[in-house]
Amino acid sequence: MTSRSHYDVAIIGAGMSGLAAGIRLAHFGKRVCIFERHNTVGGLNSFYSIGGRKFDVGLHAMTNFVRPGVKGTPLTKLLRQLRITREEFALCEQKQTRIAFGPHGETSLRFTNDFAVLEGEVAEKFPAQIDGFRRLTAAVRAYDDVSLDAQPVSARTLVRQHITDPLLEHMLFCPLMYYGSSSEHDMEFGQFVIMFKALFLEGFARPFDGVRVILRVLLDKYRTAGGERRMKCGVKHIVARDGRAAALLLDNGDEITADHVISSIGAPETARLVQSGHRLQPAPVPGRLSFVETITILDRQPADLGWGSDTIVFFNDSAKFDYACPEAQVDPRSGVICIPNNFDYGPDQQLAEGIFRCTCLANYDRWAHLPEEIYRADKLRWYATLQKSAQRFLPKLPAPEALTRATVSTDMFTPRTITKFTGHLGGAIYGAAEKNRQGRTDLANLYLCGTDQGFLGIVGAMLSGISMANYHILAKA
Amino acid sequence: MTKDECKKVVLDIIADIAPDEDLTNVKSDVRLRDQLQLDSMDFLDIVMELRKRHSIEVPEADYIQLASLDSCAEYLTPKFNALSAKS
Repeated sequence: MTSRSHYDVAIIGAGMSGLAAGIRLAHFGKRVCIFERHNTVGGLNSFYSIGGRKFDVGLHAMTNFVRPGVKGTPLTKLLRQLRITREEFALCEQKQTRIAFGPHGETSLRFTNDFAVLEGEVAEKFPAQIDGFRRLTAAVRAYDDVSLDAQPVSARTLVRQHITDPLLEHMLFCPLMYYGSSSEHDMEFGQFVIMFKALFLEGFARPFDGVRVILRVLLDKYRTAGGERRMKCGVKHIVARDGRAAALLLDNGDEITADHVISSIGAPETARLVQSGHRLQPAPVPGRLSFVETITILDRQPADLGWGSDTIVFFNDSAKFDYACPEAQVDPRSGVICIPNNFDYGPDQQLAEGIFRCTCLANYDRWAHLPEEIYRADKLRWYATLQKSAQRFLPKLPAPEALTRATVSTDMFTPRTITKFTGHLGGAIYGAAEKNRQGRTDLANLYLCGTDQGFLGIVGAMLSGISMANYHILAKA
Repeated sequence: MTKDECKKVVLDIIADIAPDEDLTNVKSDVRLRDQLQLDSMDFLDIVMELRKRHSIEVPEADYIQLASLDSCAEYLTPKFNALSAKS
């Protein structure tokens, strides 16, 4: 392969946003190269193999699902902009999701890809709140969430104007925060709106083969459009000169130049690359929210254990949901259970093995610097704790040992794993608390896309790449 | 190029960027935005596909000329003809 030393656009990171930006730019004739430090694409939404098994990371479910014919939503915009057909993603819908609160999930709200289900649940369980819930929904629908210059407002403050029962408030915030909030305790209202639409008004789906399908489609489009990529070749430094990103110094020592540089690796992570005495202003602060996740592979379908109806369960063992970096290594009081077998794959196919995933909030600092032996022991200990915690919110097993007996393989990732494989400082999956909607930096030709630009989820990540490529480069050509 | 051929060029582009739209009954004299679900991202794509496929440049100030098929034909046909005269 011939590698040039000058590109119209260089993209740092081959995650969802970088690939999407790359597809747009290559499609319209730009000479583009994506530089990726790892040997796989996908960034925060990728997969890995252990012992011949492929594990998805990141993706529990693709949010923003709408059925064919529904227009003007993020998914349809994304498909159009990347010239992807619905058949290529072949999305299968969730069965149902529950938000379960209380020591054993006594109060629960179910939702599906049909918004009326959630509305009905709120009306039944919180009859005094349903009018407020409908007003909140109307406010969400009316909000312009793709505006690139909206002013930040507290979502808690706005939601409380409509929802006066704190339990319902916490129950609504729980899934929205778990699936995208980079800030503790509260969200910016624009982010709340994006997540409310993505989860409640739209919904969850997944390709049968998981995140790999989405990545394969993106890579195919990018390659067909003529985009280049260099794997195992990260960017070590961005050389700043005269207020511009003048050159990129690569891990292998090569130097390349580009008219435009789009960085998808995060705002503080990008700032760290900038050299030559220039410091990006204002200095972005890494996010504090990180997670552990356990993955349990079963020798049977979860339905055989009585776990066949829930695709996802957001749980919290009390009435008040605390979304914050925990003091301890992990906060097992709340979390997210995902059972990928429980998407509707149709009558003729099911995943070969059972998969049971559980995600909880975690403290990066308490994982980052442990000696290897202690790190491994702590993983084992927390694995057991998470399993136990999560089971409180699922139907009772046929026998207490049924899960252990059905388990054929387990894995677990921690905040340390996240930083190691994605480069995100502090294991912060959702990036910095402060978002940069316009994606501008104080280097004139360096832009941000991805998590720290502020569109959330997988669909959001791709739309971020698209928007930044359009806004800063294609619309100006 | 005739104006009808020009409309066909524009419709072909819309068919590619918005395959989920039904284009069988698009009215020439009605704004595209009023009969199809097209947003500013889609209009940017129409402009860029015109450049990519046909080397036609539409400066931002002229985007408004692309409002309906009739106005597209009015505005773009002379551009197409000027281009083919040159080559």
